[in-house]
Amino acid sequence: MRVALFVTCLVDFFRPTIGFAAVKLLEEAGCTVEVPWTQTCCGQPAYNSGDRADTKAIAKQVLDAFEGYDHVVVPSGSCAGMIRRHYPELFADDPTVLPRAERLAARSWELVSFLVDICGMHAVTTRWDHLVTYHDACSGLRELGVKDQPRRLLASVGGLTLKEIPGAEICCGFGGTFCVKYPGISDKMVSDKEAEIVETGAEAVLAGDLGCLLNIAGKLHRHGRRIEVRHIAEVLAGMTEEVPPIGVPR
Amino acid sequence: MLATSRTFEANARAGLANENLQRALALMRTGFPQRRRLAVERLPEFEVLREIAKSIKDHTIQHLDFYLELFEENVLASGGQVHWARSPEEACAAVLAICRSVDARIVTKGKSMIAEEVGLNEHLEKNGITTIETDLGEYIIQLRHEPPSHLIAPAIHLMKEQVAETFRAEHRALDLGRSLAEARQLCDEARAVLRPRFLAADVGITGANFLVAETGSSIIVTNEGNGDLTQTLPRVHVVMTSLEKLVPTLEDAATLLRLLARSATGQEFSSYTTVSTGPRRPSDLDGPAQYHVVLLDNGRSALLGGEFQEMLRCIRCSACMNHCPVYAAVGGHAYGWVYSGPMGAVLTPSLIGIAEAGHLPNASTFCGQCESVCPVKIPLPKMMRHWREREFTEKLNPPVYRAGLLLWAWVARRPALYHALVDLTSRVLGWGGGSRGRFRTLPLANGWTAVRDLPAPEGRSFHSLWAERQRGAGKK
Repeated sequence: MRVALFVTCLVDFFRPTIGFAAVKLLEEAGCTVEVPWTQTCCGQPAYNSGDRADTKAIAKQVLDAFEGYDHVVVPSGSCAGMIRRHYPELFADDPTVLPRAERLAARSWELVSFLVDICGMHAVTTRWDHLVTYHDACSGLRELGVKDQPRRLLASVGGLTLKEIPGAEICCGFGGTFCVKYPGISDKMVSDKEAEIVETGAEAVLAGDLGCLLNIAGKLHRHGRRIEVRHIAEVLAGMTEEVPPIGVPR
Repeated sequence: MLATSRTFEANARAGLANENLQRALALMRTGFPQRRRLAVERLPEFEVLREIAKSIKDHTIQHLDFYLELFEENVLASGGQVHWARSPEEACAAVLAICRSVDARIVTKGKSMIAEEVGLNEHLEKNGITTIETDLGEYIIQLRHEPPSHLIAPAIHLMKEQVAETFRAEHRALDLGRSLAEARQLCDEARAVLRPRFLAADVGITGANFLVAETGSSIIVTNEGNGDLTQTLPRVHVVMTSLEKLVPTLEDAATLLRLLARSATGQEFSSYTTVSTGPRRPSDLDGPAQYHVVLLDNGRSALLGGEFQEMLRCIRCSACMNHCPVYAAVGGHAYGWVYSGPMGAVLTPSLIGIAEAGHLPNASTFCGQCESVCPVKIPLPKMMRHWREREFTEKLNPPVYRAGLLLWAWVARRPALYHALVDLTSRVLGWGGGSRGRFRTLPLANGWTAVRDLPAPEGRSFHSLWAERQRGAGKK
């Protein structure tokens, strides 16, 4: 399968290792991975700020960049949800672009669900001796139904024990620009998340979306917590040695 | 009611700092969602019912003119009267006229959000009529001169100790030494105080959960039975409601009722479900001599045919706010008007304007919980986004935010420039935050760093590393 990686702007800027972990996992699953250079962002910041014109322009750029691949894989439920659910909505009244948007939507996937549901990956061969907890990022969970797939693969990681938090499906308070527009409310939400994570006694918290992870890591560090924060792909790809946890110096 | 939605940020700060409110919200956060989940698990056809409910409401909204006229026809046929009110002023005037026509001095009220929306209590009080709220939550907040903070639990922002304090201050005739430590004692006291007032009332005003076109009936659900006393004891029953409460048939109402309580409180059915059709008939043992329905529009018909039409499906169950992490953080009063939570974030700008209520649809992470629990499948995040689009088109956002967004979008449409800037910034911040791995403060990032650290980037963009790797591998 010829697969294109949509890196996402946050991974591109903050944590390229997640992108390389995604490439490694996809290659292990038998895919040929390419990274179109004309991609930038999926357009969500503009979309969720009500700027439809710019969103469409950026979305068209994505349509062009990812033309002709069997699948497009994104290490983020949020950006994958944007392409799968919102691009067709965005061009609903534009019959010239809509068919392309629908075609791209139909073959775009969040990374972990792609590995499990499309590639049929049921286990990984890595080992990570940690007690971890997992946060279900909202868009992946509610727009794409990503829930069991990450847990299934985590269960196959040697030495890893998953301890769930009761509010795993509750938003962490990131919400894109929300977290800087309403810092007080976001703070309350991420503090509740922090309390639940701490309560589990987990050594690490994992998720499939870097936005949530930056928010959660930022809060844990602000309070001096020594809980590792990582993208699930780093653990599944066995790349935890290559990069320190989020917010920790090399 | 005077809106304070404009000062949402300050309202939210006050809510976050209010310890009693935070204790009350913590109880709600676990209570309602847990009970709803159990109720839904016990009803295998719940998802199918949601689809049916959605189609019932969509059908009614598409043929609203027809069903409104059919409803009026059947209200008249059963001996009642319909008062059409385009605005809050017309609604208040209609109720006052009814009260005056029977020389009413005392009015009892069951819960009605429409009465809150039009400011009915203030209007009647100003005209010399005493209004008494009979729903326990509404009664408490009436004593405290507060607006409701929730659709179905108007006093949910209070702890029972605060209620006890209020009762002691207001029920002065009662023994000062009495115990009010238990919720049961508070209920008993409210019941004892309210009972003679039910008997003294000249007019009883209730809301309506549903209006049934085929019979001209109004339906209310309560858990306290106060609605029944309010509407059967006085001489006149006034139903304060709005036009989107309409459903075609009793069968349709029954379908929606199966969803309502389960979505709201997690009950299979509310303790009381009461169908009222017209005034007392000669053969009836009790009931009012007059039955009036005041039907408010107040901007709702303007939503027909537009991008907010689906909001008219709302059955006011409160599931969206019960599951909303933003509501759970700040409480209902922060929203600054009658309706709060996600449904308020969509409805309030429709009714009082986006310039007044712009914060509401913005104060959402689009986590999608609200839509996932809505019994009539209203796409609440999508409609909040539509409000943001209106705001953007009308240039109502802060200029700095707007300029930043437009600049970012301009760069994002130029991949070469974008990649160069991302790699450069990543290098600079990676170097700057390198020794700590994160920033405690950063110029222009105060919104982030005020409450959390900002993890430093690794120091190179993915695309620059990937290009290097491709070159190293001898590929293109």
